[in-house]
Amino acid sequence: MTTTEEVARLSHERREYKYGFVTDIEQEFAPPGLDESTVRFISAKKGEPEWLLEWRLKALAKWQEMEEPTWVFLPYGHPPIDYQALSYYAAPKQSPKSLDEVDPKILETYEKLGIPLSETRALLGIEGGPETPAEARRGVAVDAVFDSVSVKTTFQEELKKAGVIFCSISEAVREHPELVRQYLGSVVPYSDNFFATLNSAVFSDGSFVYVPRGVKCPMELSTYFRINARNTGQFERTLIIADEGAEVSYLEGCTAPMRDENQLHAAVVELVAMKGASIKYSTIQNWYPGDETGKGGIYNFVTKRGICKGDDSRISWTQVETGSAITWKYPSVVLQGDRSKGEFYSVALTNLRQQADTGTKMIHIGRDTKSTIVSKGISAGEGQNTYRGLVQMNKGAHRAHNFTQCDSILIGDKCGAHTFPYVDIRNATATAEHEASTTKLAEDQLFYCTARGISNEDAISLLVNGFCKEVFSELPMEFAVEANKLLAVSLEGSVG
Amino acid sequence: MTNLMDKPVSMLDVPVPAGPAWLEAYRSRARSRFPGFPTLRDEAWRYTNITPILETPFQPAISAARDVSADDVQHVRVPELDSSLLVFVNGRYRADLSDADELGKGVVSLPLHEAVRSHAELLEEHLGTASGEHEDPFTTLNDAMVSDGLFVHVSDGARPDRPIEVLSIATRTAEPVASHPRNLVVVGKEARATVLEHYVTLDDDAVYLNNAVTELIAAPSATVEHYLLERESERAFNISTLAIRQAAESVVHSHTVLLGGRIVRNNVTPVLAGERAHCLINGLYVGHREQHLDNAMRVRHAAPQCESRQYYKGIMNDRSRGVFTGRIVVDKIAQKTDAIQSNRNMLLSDDARVNARPQLEIYADDVRCTHGATTGRVDDEAVFYFMSRGLSEPVARAMLVYAFAAEGFDRMELVPVRRLLAAEMIDKLPMARGLSIEV
Amino acid sequence: MTTPLLQIRNLHVRLEDDPSVEIIKGIDLTIMPGEVHSIMGPNGSGKSTLAQVLAGKEDYEITEGEILFNGQDLTELGPDERANSGIFLAFQYPVEIPGVSAMQFLKAAVNAKRAFEGQNELDAGALLKHFRAKAEQINVPFEMLKRNVNEGFSGGEKKRFEIFQMAVLDSVLGILDESDSGLDIDALRIVADGVNSMRDGRRSFLVITHYQRLLNYIVPDHVHVLVNGRIVKSGGKELALELEEKGYRPFGVNESAVAGAGA
Repeated sequence: MTTTEEVARLSHERREYKYGFVTDIEQEFAPPGLDESTVRFISAKKGEPEWLLEWRLKALAKWQEMEEPTWVFLPYGHPPIDYQALSYYAAPKQSPKSLDEVDPKILETYEKLGIPLSETRALLGIEGGPETPAEARRGVAVDAVFDSVSVKTTFQEELKKAGVIFCSISEAVREHPELVRQYLGSVVPYSDNFFATLNSAVFSDGSFVYVPRGVKCPMELSTYFRINARNTGQFERTLIIADEGAEVSYLEGCTAPMRDENQLHAAVVELVAMKGASIKYSTIQNWYPGDETGKGGIYNFVTKRGICKGDDSRISWTQVETGSAITWKYPSVVLQGDRSKGEFYSVALTNLRQQADTGTKMIHIGRDTKSTIVSKGISAGEGQNTYRGLVQMNKGAHRAHNFTQCDSILIGDKCGAHTFPYVDIRNATATAEHEASTTKLAEDQLFYCTARGISNEDAISLLVNGFCKEVFSELPMEFAVEANKLLAVSLEGSVG
Repeated sequence: MTNLMDKPVSMLDVPVPAGPAWLEAYRSRARSRFPGFPTLRDEAWRYTNITPILETPFQPAISAARDVSADDVQHVRVPELDSSLLVFVNGRYRADLSDADELGKGVVSLPLHEAVRSHAELLEEHLGTASGEHEDPFTTLNDAMVSDGLFVHVSDGARPDRPIEVLSIATRTAEPVASHPRNLVVVGKEARATVLEHYVTLDDDAVYLNNAVTELIAAPSATVEHYLLERESERAFNISTLAIRQAAESVVHSHTVLLGGRIVRNNVTPVLAGERAHCLINGLYVGHREQHLDNAMRVRHAAPQCESRQYYKGIMNDRSRGVFTGRIVVDKIAQKTDAIQSNRNMLLSDDARVNARPQLEIYADDVRCTHGATTGRVDDEAVFYFMSRGLSEPVARAMLVYAFAAEGFDRMELVPVRRLLAAEMIDKLPMARGLSIEV
Repeated sequence: MTTPLLQIRNLHVRLEDDPSVEIIKGIDLTIMPGEVHSIMGPNGSGKSTLAQVLAGKEDYEITEGEILFNGQDLTELGPDERANSGIFLAFQYPVEIPGVSAMQFLKAAVNAKRAFEGQNELDAGALLKHFRAKAEQINVPFEMLKRNVNEGFSGGEKKRFEIFQMAVLDSVLGILDESDSGLDIDALRIVADGVNSMRDGRRSFLVITHYQRLLNYIVPDHVHVLVNGRIVKSGGKELALELEEKGYRPFGVNESAVAGAGA
């Protein structure tokens, strides 16, 4: 658990939003606005092949016919987004070839964020006492995305030895075009939804992972997203493929500077798990949430979907969502292979005037497929927290099973907690169980803690942590510790 | 409302008997706010396609093609239920078939068209007060067409000595008939009433629409039990809305059983508007062949310390489809809310389908709200238990399916209704025939 | 010579879903009419599996051996046919069945057995009389029959209702699967009294338990110790006392290691 002092220190930093600084470097922008020339500009900047440009243009044409969705449950609404006022590309002027060439200011930025891009430093492990388990000190390979481009991917050599490809998606387009062409848009088609289609037209960078047959990726892979530039949207695209019997665990973290205007983040993540493969994808999202009046903050409109393509494959999403003014994301799994498994573990916290509408979709196609959904929502301040999820069992999904548990707690009387699950069953042998509850923090538990001398704030932090334990235990060790702290800090000030 | 079907509303052009000025004004306001019919793009209707209703050329209630006899009435009403009976045939009140005697002091129970004349003030005061809470196009349509139905007024402390049964009988007609029954039940302080809406048909192939709205207004400490028994023809359409408004410490129990109908929509929308009110929403939908049975619950806690319980169950066979949407809304003021919602479904065929949407929308922090939804089959452990007592597998399964359906019957006060439902269930569940079950 | 009521020969059982798991690894057991046998064993020894296999649960596969009941092979019979032949399993965790009253349930069961035996159904009056008599014998409040099967019953009520069902069905072999678990001493005594009231030199019982406690009240003729799917020792009732004193350790069982593995 995180102590009061620690919370006080961290929350002081948060009041400023610790990650709210701006890095002053020379950047190159696309002119604001979005039309065919923007897409051609981005594609040309990246020196892309013709097929990819064509694909982007198809997406753009589709997007121009689409309307922004209105079904999202946002009690406070949001000011309209002027898509023509945004810049769709921002990059540091110099594109680095090696770590030495990365602008020192960017390196400094990542250092400040606690993301070591220097491999020697990372090898030594993250800050941690002697009691830190050995596992937590393992190296973590990082792909750092700064506004629209990937600035550095660490540990590439070591991964290469294992046969794992881990690089920016721009690099993958150049180096492994056949893989990108085969899988890009295969899980989230360019026409999928308003924001995914926008992303398909203008995505700038992101990470690419390919784990070959039978390989267990030797280290955690990680992407760190950073929005820096003003009036830019970030549209990264991540594609992870685990070939037959492969295993990979992938983490992403996000921060952005503190700005009064809202910034748009519309990413797409696609996961493909072949026969017997396993992909674990963890997110800690701490984009700038805006202030207590709801001013500023990131619009986090993200499409994440994985397909368990082969039999006995498995995809697991774990997310800790504490940032952003508005979060709109439903990491999903299409369970196509027989006996495949999909999992979704989520903690979403809304404080201040944050609004989150998040959850998952589990689409059961194969026989004996199983999905598990555990969602923990915490509403504090004037936060509005919504779980939205779909469990669908198709006709052929014999003996498919879903278990869903969705719990919410409310802290304070100005927030809201909402649950909107959709269950669609078309097979008589499939079973689905959904349980949900909304309560306030148990007073008897609080009293029990305070009777043992624990301060009220610490007790709340302790109980909220206990409430989230099931989800945190799914995170890699070092992230779990981070998540715990983040939660304590994000809650601070929400209790009277 | 958005995404509504842009289609001329022929049903609005149907003439209704002229009423007093206030009623004409009421209808006309409804006409002007009618938003058009919903489509699948409408969140509240996304699983129910009403095109077959819109494509049917309905006529207003016309005189029956064949006469309904007193024997027919005896045959279809709830057996052995000593009720005050109001009979409507194809939407028209039939005094000759009704048996609506005095129900005791302080109790008024009349066809609505009579109440329009005799109790205009009460009617004007209450009509639309409960149904206005949650606007639905079909409710608005009913508002625009208000002409007949049931009016009940129970004075403070009074209690009718019998339940009131509104029996709507449909017969085969030359042209499909659309009726818009409107029931208004006002129960005073510490008063008590039991009302049963009962939809039946004499012809299994009759095509018609019943678009009913019932408003139930419970004063402080009133106790009301409401039943909706839907046994329409499987070619007919039934849209039923039960709008409830509850004052402090009132107790309302709603029981709905959907058995018939081609497309059925059952809306139940209680508002717990006074402290410590309690409401129970108990429902069962049993579909087979091509039936489409849609249930939309919206329980709003608008006052502190109220309690709500929702128990809905569905059994779907053949190519039928069941829909359950249940929303619990807890207002900021409604602290100490205790709300439970449960929806359980059983699929008996691979071609059947269930859509469940159990929803919570909560703005108060000191609450205890839970919901659960399950879809599955007969429990194999229970089958083994029954077989280990000597019952054959088909009998064990039949009993368990029946038991699944019958669980909610125990919550109903009226034993004759339970008996009728048990018989109907055994008749409808394919494997249950031959079960001898007493209630 | 009298035919044994139950004769188990070299019984091997594995899980149907996971054939690599063999639970019963060769059991021989003979129960004569009127005898009470007890099978004692630590958690995970296969006790409950044996009970379920005898009752005809489908999750298990018999790979070797045979089970004879009154000299007839049981293995091809369904659970209902076994029940109608006179085998009764008192469940460790009786299933709650909301929506079916105990009365309906028992009527159906009694008449199923009568049909199996080629007799006419009993009418409501005769059934009620039968139920009342048995309720008195087993010390079960008649009101219990008006409730739904096991729904909301306390642990003690469930176990009493099981024994009552055996009396109503007039079964000749009662298999009691941990009927003592979760019972206080008073409830235990009532259950035991019910069982003892049915001991008539003809009926037999197979009492499965972890603890000796129950055997103070239902005194067995033979005690068998089941460890890891095999009977490792058999003896008289004094064997139960020996186990109580020394535990299962002498049989190579580390209780704490297997605790929680499930019976």
